[in-house]
Amino acid sequence: MPERQKTKLVPVPSPNLIPERDVDKSPILEAQHLGIDFGGLTAVNEFNMAIGRTEIAGLIGPNGAGKTTVFNLLTKVYQPTRGTVLLDGKDTHNMNTVQVNKAGIARTFQNIRLFDKLSVEDNVKIGLHNQMKYGTFSGLFRLPAYWRGEKAAHERAMELLSIFDMQDLAGVKAGALPYGAQRRLEIVRALGTNPSLLLLDEPAAGMNPSETAELMDNIVKIRDTFQIAILLIEHDMSLVMGICEGICVLNFGEIIAKGTPEEIQNNPEVIRAYLGSGKEA
Amino acid sequence: MDILQNLINGISLGSVYAIIALGYTMVYGIAKMLNFAHGDVIMVGAYICFYAVSKYQLPPLVGILLAMAVCTVLGVVIERLAYKPLRQSASLAVLITAIGVSYFLQNAALLLWQSDPKNFPTFLNGIFGDKGITFLGRSITGTTVVTVLACVIIMVALTAFTGMTKMGKAMRACSEDKAAAQLMGIDVNRTISMTFAIGSALAAIAGVLLCSAYPQLTPTTGSLPGIKAFTAAVFGGIGSIPGALLGGLLLGVIEIFAMTFSTELSNAVVFAVLIIVLLVKPTGLLGKQIREKV
Amino acid sequence: MKEKSSHKRLTSNLITYGIVVAAFVIVQVLGATVGLSSSFQGQLIPICSYIVMALSLNLVVGISGELSLGHAGFMSVGAFSGVIAAAALQQAVPFAPVRLVIAMIVGALLAGVAGVIVGVPVLRLRGDYLAIVTLAFGEIIRNVLQVLYVGVDEAGLHFSTKGEAALQLAEGGRAIIKGPMGATGITKLATFTAGFILVLIALTVVLNLVNSRSGRAIMALRDNRIAAESVGIGATKYKLMAFVTSAVLAGAAGALYALNYSSVLPKKFDFNTSILILVFVVLGGIGNIRGSIIAAAFLTFLPELLRSFNLDKWRMLVYAVVLILVMLATNNPQLRGFLDRIRGKRKQEGEEESTHA
Repeated sequence: MPERQKTKLVPVPSPNLIPERDVDKSPILEAQHLGIDFGGLTAVNEFNMAIGRTEIAGLIGPNGAGKTTVFNLLTKVYQPTRGTVLLDGKDTHNMNTVQVNKAGIARTFQNIRLFDKLSVEDNVKIGLHNQMKYGTFSGLFRLPAYWRGEKAAHERAMELLSIFDMQDLAGVKAGALPYGAQRRLEIVRALGTNPSLLLLDEPAAGMNPSETAELMDNIVKIRDTFQIAILLIEHDMSLVMGICEGICVLNFGEIIAKGTPEEIQNNPEVIRAYLGSGKEA
Repeated sequence: MDILQNLINGISLGSVYAIIALGYTMVYGIAKMLNFAHGDVIMVGAYICFYAVSKYQLPPLVGILLAMAVCTVLGVVIERLAYKPLRQSASLAVLITAIGVSYFLQNAALLLWQSDPKNFPTFLNGIFGDKGITFLGRSITGTTVVTVLACVIIMVALTAFTGMTKMGKAMRACSEDKAAAQLMGIDVNRTISMTFAIGSALAAIAGVLLCSAYPQLTPTTGSLPGIKAFTAAVFGGIGSIPGALLGGLLLGVIEIFAMTFSTELSNAVVFAVLIIVLLVKPTGLLGKQIREKV
Repeated sequence: MKEKSSHKRLTSNLITYGIVVAAFVIVQVLGATVGLSSSFQGQLIPICSYIVMALSLNLVVGISGELSLGHAGFMSVGAFSGVIAAAALQQAVPFAPVRLVIAMIVGALLAGVAGVIVGVPVLRLRGDYLAIVTLAFGEIIRNVLQVLYVGVDEAGLHFSTKGEAALQLAEGGRAIIKGPMGATGITKLATFTAGFILVLIALTVVLNLVNSRSGRAIMALRDNRIAAESVGIGATKYKLMAFVTSAVLAGAAGALYALNYSSVLPKKFDFNTSILILVFVVLGGIGNIRGSIIAAAFLTFLPELLRSFNLDKWRMLVYAVVLILVMLATNNPQLRGFLDRIRGKRKQEGEEESTHA
């Protein structure tokens, strides 16, 4: 008789990451039993999470816990081995990275990925790509649709850049920007795709405390103006505890805790796994 | 069509491809670059041996050793001057540089040795007398015997070298992760130089074997077999020594059989093999997959 | 700042157009007054087709960031189909310029079809593998052309791979393409003016594409494929767009080139020609449109110049050395840092001087 497969029954977690103002709506993102194996190694397992439509959620955990892998699974850079991702109730099972973005998920990268040789404005316009309507033919022959489309894109790009006060840098090559500005530009580019969920991978990395504080204000501002959900990976606890409404803690590829910042800060398992010695963050 | 005779010819040609493919596969494995000039190093080796044997009347073995020595130095110098400065650069830049080196060697050879084809001495055929040896009713030339033997010996020796010696282990370490190898105290530059040295010495041997079988030597002799051998390396799985052997033999046999159908289109068939392999199984028959880190 | 950068781009484009138009006018004026040497005259149309080839390859290498080593293959498809079209329409379209235009369009379209056939599988690959497969396709195209026989008679076109006799042409018919002998008996239709117009069209196509939504998508994929996909840009569509556009231009250039001679061998479009075009692109600066034009024109004429000094045999060797040196100078971090420092110093000194003044 074949050996019975080992199953671990995990209760589907309560949607405790959906803020009160969103409870009557369905979550924008639901990850259910999400997991991926690399070769024989399980990188992420049983990842369950629901994010509200206008929530700022945090994904934290020690280095190598699988946080970026979760982003790669949500955006289909990696195809999940198990589980489903529902975006606005729609299964993203058969989608690729491009389709997931068109469906509403935009992201930034831990190791910045800008179009270095192109200008700041062009980077944002590339984010606006699917919002622009004129075709290649109009572009090749400079038809009126081209001029209209380019003018609208220019105005929209400037508007988006103004979130971070970056209009003056529009003509600068993206690769020549200082580090912090590159991180901000990535956010602007992602916003250009008109997402309903924005994934930020360590947005405050390499920033000083005053820059981080400004970034926190801006993240909240982005949520409020665009009325979108934001999920962020961050090591800076002042940022995570300061603006996230729900937090999910990952260790060795599995969720070990979920809750509000207060709950997470007082969770003994989180303190043991994440903070090590039990020091307050 | 004599299937057995074609098979023998195919294995003979395939053995040469396998030896050339080793040079590609080792360099690709360690330096992560396509050394486009590898085929032209073959040509240089063949010319050196030709001049040593035909013009200066040196014994063939001395000619071969001389060719190996010159090619080894040539390979190392090429790596130092042209490839080493670009180790951190985009693959596009490295490949264009390698094409430049290939072009340089061909045109330098054209100036040095002129474009008229040289008749390569057929000393290998004389090893078993004029008739060669007879096998299942087919006569096999000395060149074929030596080629296949050389291929087998080189494969065994190289497998032992990478598996057992310190330098061989250093090579494998570098092909996995150069930075980590460096931290373990491995001299990465020296290891890469060594790889080029071995690959180029093998190219010299391949040059002599190739020109013994097809004795028309010109400055472009090496370029097409070079590209085909790269095809063989990809076919077998780039970075893999047994893969080079397998890919080389298969490709040689395919080419000879294609030739019996259409001489003009035999090259097209070989290239079609490359395209199909890359599309169906880009890692080749014995290669392993690498995941891009995001 | 934005106004300034787009203004700068416009000025730069206008200068490029200006150079091309000025070169044409100067050559025409010189031809009408002083007269041109016959060797120079003979190079005018090849220069035009090589300029278009360089623009075409730069679209793939510079703008799309993929190395194509088989561009001569697309050129040959354009050349041979253009020759066939011109020969087939000899009676139907007696007016030569119109026949030339039709031949170039046919060449461009068929090369475009070849571009799709090659591009769809090839563009799934990356880096060195992609390059080597384009090389393989270029060689396959040449191999196939070497066994292709085409003839024309009243019944229309006849194709065969068996030889001239197998075409079974009716009386009065003639073979146009003869396998390894290539295209023969071509009526010379190409003119310098047609070449100039083709260069202008190619230039417009490339510049307009670069400064449009699709062009930005192509460059985004070049700079960072994963980031481009993350903002919803599909790699296949835009990589293929660049590749096929490039093949179309190469086909038109090939038709122009072939219709300038009485016969053309398939061997003319081998790997060496692909590399020659790559040399133009690299020397002109990868991604630099104006550079491609100047490099193609200069290097196509250079052999004539060197021949008169009996230095021609060194040419290819020098190309090879220059190719290596340009790659080293533009890609080696130390060397580039060194060059930047020199440039930066000069700039700084210049600024200081201007503040003093």
